[in-house]
Amino acid sequence: MTSRGLDQQSQGQVRSFGVPVSARPTVSLPVSAPCRWGGCAAPANRVPGSLPRSEIRPIETLGVEALADGPRWLRPCNAGADVDLSAHQSPGPGVDRLNTSIMLGRTLREVSAALKHGQITPTELCQKCLSLIKKTKFLNAYITVSEEVALKQAEESEKRYKQGQSLGDLDGIPVAVKDNFSTSGIETTCASNMLKGYIPPYNATVVQKLLDQGALLMGKTNLDEFAMGSGSTDGVFGAVKNPWSYSKQHREKRPLKPCGDGDGDEDSSWLIAGGSSGGSAAAVAALTCFAALGSDTGGSTRNPAAHCGLVGFKPSYGLVSRHGLIPLVNSMDVPGILTRCVDDTAIVLGILAGHDPKDSTTVQDPVKPFVLPNLTDVSKLCIGIPKEYLVPELSGEVRSLWSQAADLFESQGAKVIEVSLPHTLYSIVCYHVLCTSEVASNMARFDGLQYGHRSAISVSTEAMYAATRREGFNDVVRGRILSGNFFLLKENYENYFIKAQKVRRLIVNDFLNVFNSGVDVLLTPTTLSEAVPYAEFIKEDNRTRSAQDDIFTQAVNMAGLPAVSIPVALSKQGLPVGLQLIGRAFCDQQLLTIAKWFEKQVQFPIIQLQEFMDDYSSVLDNQKLTSVSLQQ
Amino acid sequence: MLARTVRVRLRAPLGRLREFASKADPWAKAWGSSADGGQGQEAERASPRTRSTPAAPQEGGRVSAELIEHLQRLALVDFGSREAVARLEKAIAFADRLHAVDTDGVEPMASVLEDRCVYLRADNVGEGSCAEEVLQNSRHIVEEYFVAPPGNIPLPKLGKQDPFSHS
Repeated sequence: MTSRGLDQQSQGQVRSFGVPVSARPTVSLPVSAPCRWGGCAAPANRVPGSLPRSEIRPIETLGVEALADGPRWLRPCNAGADVDLSAHQSPGPGVDRLNTSIMLGRTLREVSAALKHGQITPTELCQKCLSLIKKTKFLNAYITVSEEVALKQAEESEKRYKQGQSLGDLDGIPVAVKDNFSTSGIETTCASNMLKGYIPPYNATVVQKLLDQGALLMGKTNLDEFAMGSGSTDGVFGAVKNPWSYSKQHREKRPLKPCGDGDGDEDSSWLIAGGSSGGSAAAVAALTCFAALGSDTGGSTRNPAAHCGLVGFKPSYGLVSRHGLIPLVNSMDVPGILTRCVDDTAIVLGILAGHDPKDSTTVQDPVKPFVLPNLTDVSKLCIGIPKEYLVPELSGEVRSLWSQAADLFESQGAKVIEVSLPHTLYSIVCYHVLCTSEVASNMARFDGLQYGHRSAISVSTEAMYAATRREGFNDVVRGRILSGNFFLLKENYENYFIKAQKVRRLIVNDFLNVFNSGVDVLLTPTTLSEAVPYAEFIKEDNRTRSAQDDIFTQAVNMAGLPAVSIPVALSKQGLPVGLQLIGRAFCDQQLLTIAKWFEKQVQFPIIQLQEFMDDYSSVLDNQKLTSVSLQQ
Repeated sequence: MLARTVRVRLRAPLGRLREFASKADPWAKAWGSSADGGQGQEAERASPRTRSTPAAPQEGGRVSAELIEHLQRLALVDFGSREAVARLEKAIAFADRLHAVDTDGVEPMASVLEDRCVYLRADNVGEGSCAEEVLQNSRHIVEEYFVAPPGNIPLPKLGKQDPFSHS
């Protein structure tokens, strides 16, 4: 295996993924060429609307004295240094407190520091987020907005801050939770008629952990029905719209429509948010909360993260409790975390991870909250590029970005090698069989007797069950149940279900072999392309779409490995593209450390939504500052 | 195709629409009309296990009417349309690709944590006594009981004029 194995003919040349270097498509993307790092020269390819580094004004515009040694991002980072906003006590009256609108674009850590220093109160922050949720209602990101609950929690948080007894980094921070997590006293529907009106009597463990840390629960977010789908289009509450559809970055690039007629036209070409945690992704991307919980069974957190320009993290299976997560596939489900930067993910993971006696599939290894170190030297890293992931359906832009990312690692000293996961071709098929089989079993609990929808038919128990399930489930869920039941039939069990379990072992072994050969992380695309318009997406049915869109993400679920999608750049259409990093089992911290380094290199721009939200005008005046927010 | 057009145009009230559409199908009618739940169909009283199991799909991947009925009875979920049966056939064809993989000597893997000793708590009562909470989400309870319709009544067999079977 050569160290530059991807294109053996071009030894010494930049990696080309099979395409001659000269023929590589040029895409104008703001991925900085590595040799320019350290100077203030603007990268050659920059998307209008995201600012070249030389134009970013230093922090003094926040009301702070200019830091003597230049803008923060050029200074060497102190590993684990806290954001110190105490220097922000500006002298003038009336400029004491930071504008709450600015807060919405900051990272969790910065807002947490601001809360601690009294620059903003939890109630103000909560109200701002609630008002933004109302303004962005058209995105359909939320199913339930828990306004009263959030304001009450904000009040309690404020009391704690006043007494100097905050619970931690998450105290007073608005978060959102996907609607397949049980929340006590708050309707939990899984976007299905089957659970409309269902109010759980308990909190999911991960929700309880967030609440124990003082987080403010903004609401329950929209999803595909029972988390089955890759577009967040198949729930009973309607589809989720990708906030990037309305961003300035996208609208500038969108091709002119042949017969436009104003308002009606604007709304018909909106893009999917990805799925199935599309609502959570849209909520975070539209700045209505700072973190959101998703679930990840086949890529359901990473897919919408890539489409919405967010960090979407899937922990190792067994690290985070699934108690209270309405199950889809017990052997592959994990709660996922969606945030705007990797440090925020680390904060949330530190709180959520750990053994739960109520979930026997959580491992008992001790886990503590952690701060990610600032990696500066990647020369000891080995990055693997699985060659089977280079599929014909992969869009040229994503392919190019993948290639550039590999080049980036290599240019910074990492060892980048091509690896092989030979059973990749069968991975999606295996996933399909196992997923439908487990779904058939898990959905059997919905019979209308103890909770959820109940049909009026009462001729017999079986008739009532059948009618309830017909009325409560949509076609997608029913299709999966029936397929699953087929694979579990006595005569098919060995040929399909057991066979799939055997293939699963082969896939897991593929990953083990690769990691045992010295690879630290794998670098792959997350999705085949940027987010597509809804009208395009629905041309194929849910099963076909899922089979296409989950191709890079589901193998990770089968192997139980941690993976993260990092937004890398904007496409020609001004839409986010993400790349995925896959780590070894239970090496989540190492994975996130590398992800943080990578995030810092790529400098993904912040979303510009000022056309739709007047509050954003004040965010935009200081937009240069918000770019700093990714820089911790 | 009609089902798909309906889905595109009427997303919000789709749930209700589907309810009406499904009430029209003969399977639902069979239940709705049988007041005493059995209608003297003695043959149906035998449990599904004593009936001959339906054949696996034929070489061409077409799903037989018998299989459809069997699956619907097992899953207690109906196909609802011809498209759904077609989707099942595609799903089966998709899954058939697995047979190309050589898995001789490979053990099936049920969980990625198979090598670990996962936690099992002691068999002691730790929590409970929350009957009210458990009952609160049910539509039909009497005192502390969930109320179910009469059991042990098998579903009526699908009529010969089932529009969703393949001849």
